[in-house]
Amino acid sequence: MQTWSLVSICVLLAIIARWGVSLNSYSGAGKPPMFGDYEAQRHWQEVTYNLPIQEWYFNTTNNDLNYWGLDYPPLTAYHSWICAYIAKTINPEWVELHKSRGYESTQHKLFMRMTVLVADLLIYIPAVVLYCLYLTDGSSKKKVSIMFCFLLYPGLILIDYGHFQYNGVSLGFALWGILALGLGWDVLGSMAFSLALNYKQMELYHALPFFCYLLGKCIKTGLIGRGLFLLVRIGVTVLATFALCWLPFLAEPSQAMQVVRRIFPVARGLFEDKVANTWCSLNTLIKIKSILSGDSQLYLSLACTLLAVLPSCIRLLTKPTFWHFKLALVNSSLAFFLFSFQVHEKSILLAALPACLLLNDLPLMALWFLQASTFSMLPLFLKDGLLVPYIVTSLGFLFFSIYLLSALDHCSEDKLRLGAYNKLFYWLPKMDLAFIVRWKFYISIAAMVGLSIATAVLIPPPHLPDLFPVLVSTTAFLHFLGTFIHFNVVQFSEPPSRKSQKKSN
Amino acid sequence: MVTVASVQVVLLRWRSNVFKAEASVCPAWSVKLLCVCVCVCVCVHRNWLAITHSLPVSRWYYENTSEWTLDYPPLFAWFELGLSQVARRFDANMLQVENLNYASPATVLFQRLSVIVTDVVFIYAARECCRCVREPKGSRDVLSRPSFVLAVLLLWNFGLLVVDHIHFQYNGFLFGFLLLSVAKHLQSQHLQGALLFAFLLNLKHIYLYVAPAYGVYLLRSYCFAQDNKDGSVRWSSFSPLRLLALGAIVTSVCALSFGPFIAMGQLPQVLSRLFPFKRGLCHAYWAPNIWALYNVLDKSLAVLGVRLKLLEEAELPPASMTGGLVQEFEHSVLPSVTPAVTLVCTLLSILPAVASIWLRPHGAQGFLRCLLLCALGCFMFGWHVHEKAILIAILPLSILAVESREDAGIFLILTTTGHYSLFPLLFTPAELPIKVVLMLMFTIFSFTALRKLHSAQGSLLHPLEVIYLLGLVAVAIACEVVFPLSPWQQRLPFLPLLVTSVYCAMGVCYAFLRLYASLLLRREEKPKQL
Repeated sequence: MQTWSLVSICVLLAIIARWGVSLNSYSGAGKPPMFGDYEAQRHWQEVTYNLPIQEWYFNTTNNDLNYWGLDYPPLTAYHSWICAYIAKTINPEWVELHKSRGYESTQHKLFMRMTVLVADLLIYIPAVVLYCLYLTDGSSKKKVSIMFCFLLYPGLILIDYGHFQYNGVSLGFALWGILALGLGWDVLGSMAFSLALNYKQMELYHALPFFCYLLGKCIKTGLIGRGLFLLVRIGVTVLATFALCWLPFLAEPSQAMQVVRRIFPVARGLFEDKVANTWCSLNTLIKIKSILSGDSQLYLSLACTLLAVLPSCIRLLTKPTFWHFKLALVNSSLAFFLFSFQVHEKSILLAALPACLLLNDLPLMALWFLQASTFSMLPLFLKDGLLVPYIVTSLGFLFFSIYLLSALDHCSEDKLRLGAYNKLFYWLPKMDLAFIVRWKFYISIAAMVGLSIATAVLIPPPHLPDLFPVLVSTTAFLHFLGTFIHFNVVQFSEPPSRKSQKKSN
Repeated sequence: MVTVASVQVVLLRWRSNVFKAEASVCPAWSVKLLCVCVCVCVCVHRNWLAITHSLPVSRWYYENTSEWTLDYPPLFAWFELGLSQVARRFDANMLQVENLNYASPATVLFQRLSVIVTDVVFIYAARECCRCVREPKGSRDVLSRPSFVLAVLLLWNFGLLVVDHIHFQYNGFLFGFLLLSVAKHLQSQHLQGALLFAFLLNLKHIYLYVAPAYGVYLLRSYCFAQDNKDGSVRWSSFSPLRLLALGAIVTSVCALSFGPFIAMGQLPQVLSRLFPFKRGLCHAYWAPNIWALYNVLDKSLAVLGVRLKLLEEAELPPASMTGGLVQEFEHSVLPSVTPAVTLVCTLLSILPAVASIWLRPHGAQGFLRCLLLCALGCFMFGWHVHEKAILIAILPLSILAVESREDAGIFLILTTTGHYSLFPLLFTPAELPIKVVLMLMFTIFSFTALRKLHSAQGSLLHPLEVIYLLGLVAVAIACEVVFPLSPWQQRLPFLPLLVTSVYCAMGVCYAFLRLYASLLLRREEKPKQL
């Protein structure tokens, strides 16, 4: 069968999975007074449509920032504004100022879901298809398998189509950036990534690898001469893109400052809810929030994050190849997720995207991490009533990725890139590491299944109401930490295959 | 020898792997469709669960609290009784007859899960069918292996997915029996095949459509053990023992199913429920058959007559035929069609096919072809045919399509038109993306896979056929996108249904004729061994 038909069938299946999930409930459905992210997005449409652009980020009589005020960069606001125009033509009630708060109906849900699907079809899905066709190696069937698993990653589907957000847009722009960099179009890549940054500030998780890769490449080509020229071109592109996105807010410095303040709310504390990062997990042992002041918490997390990002970024700077770039993306986003300030559990999607890029090279590790990342958001899904879609998409993804990528067949030490461990632990008796890894994988999947069932079915004891969410987040944290260490080790060991180097340029 | 054997083992593993893939895909994603609207049919089956669970057997076929009375044969009622034992653990309230339109989340979950679980029969049947397909020699890409293509064509069949998992019925379970019995015939295990078919008939009587093919084939090829040299029947080889065995199987299954009702003297009541001739010639959404074309001809003649002042508008009966209701209506110009007429037409249409396999049985493949023609003949000329009935022809035709180029062409036309005619079943906006995407997926797969499979023998479709099928896209866009936005939406709400069924009827008729031609005009060749 021709590749195009396989590709189209896979894309259609991915769309069905997405639409199937979207028929379910969304966050905050029928829960006044604050509702959830769905209402937030709808409220932004209402605000951007009805108010002048100067008022979008300010607290005014018409714009109560305490009720889902805009706290994303301008591109998100523009997107809401476009959606609002379409909503207005279909049904003006959907975006009426003040009166439309908490508006819910089946038609409106259909419309909102459709906007997510359209954005995905325009940005995220083409980027995935092109990436898998041009930047993975192997037969065309292998490429299609990778693409299929990539598209079926449950975390993103459940958050975007179940919980309701537009992560596909920012992640899609970032993927376009990665794609362009992989193909050697550095200027276009940096432009795409700037757009991603302007859609969601969380894309900063990926910013350091982008920066180090491009800088390293410039240095390699020679800082005097062609490298400098490239650096200048990239710099100008990034500045121009940012300026274009922020144009309406640049007239007054106070405007721009207000936007920045809204985007980086440092006053919110080290963490909220139960998130699977270091601080929240440490909290079960030491109550950091009560020991340290707000400012020192901020500095502590900043220092830890930088320390964690540094090794992989320096490695990337000295060896700016595409293989190292992909690894650095995972490492950096995981470091940010684990150590930075005010992390939300949904931010794990930022680490999941680059992990998807590794599905081809390190199938078992990548899918293990992806599964754990979906699992880490379980409490969120339960709150939104997305248990059935969570079970179905997770099982489907696990099955397809193990079966299509034959992840469990290729787990020799060489394939898993475990050589470095033998060097690190030379003083231990030699063990069959691949065997251990495989068993760890089985045990961890069993643990995730068990905890999922327990969380969904059992009632926690009255004196420990948060027992299961804490267990889930701690388990997920251990997985993330393990993945983080492993990918750092892989990055520092020699890339053994010739293929990945051939692709890098 | 050893290498050949090991290769075969590897292939078998591959195939079973493929099966694992397909098998798990099918239920897995249909769960996702759980959430899709709770439509009419959920209520039907919930009501039947309630009837069989809470009423004594003697009341089953008399109960009429709900308009959805029990109108399947008794074996299906027994099946519902079994299901209701499980349903009790989900939500006992759904088992009360008075709870009309009751649909709690637990009820819907149970109903959807029951369809998914009973689909196991269908998956097993598909596996058996794939084992009957000839494998070309030499290892090839798994995607272009006939058994794989057949597995996907059966398990991912658009019509079945839509009707079972979105619209809600137990067709996967029933078609499992049909395909399994066909596969048993292909494997020359006729008694098992007959037993399965007897069960099927007692589960849902719509499969009477294909009963003539079964009857004649079993009589001719099983009861007469040998043929003459020229393929005609050798009367002396008749084996009464085999006829007795067949008779015993059929009677015992029927006794199991109808026995209690005959004992209670309720047979007439049961039969009146099973064959409701009070309903109209066409179903609410016209099935794409001859009567759809006949109705349109009548309607257009009436309009023309009024325009040309040949007819008085007042004399015409009220135009109620596209009213979307299950009721009788009169034709205005052409003679009205009675059930007897449709019966005669149907019998005439299947007669040549049945006669042909009596005179020259081309092995099990000839039987399969005859079965298809019976199914299509009944679909074309039957009384009150539902558009879902096209699946009885489409699913078995998949087996032929992977075997010969000619049949593949017919299959493509029949599936595309037949499946498209199911579109009106799903009418809410939320279902639009699902039906379009599923249909596209199945169509893309069937076209590319079958073309690859028969790539050596030239193209599958004539350019005119391609144009006709492309026209379907135009019809789809007009009906689904343009029409709802146009002012005609108010005045002629049933126009899209009419256009859909008329356009599809042409394709189905054409496929019917081509299939007939392929049976009757076949050159005398050695019966293919499947």
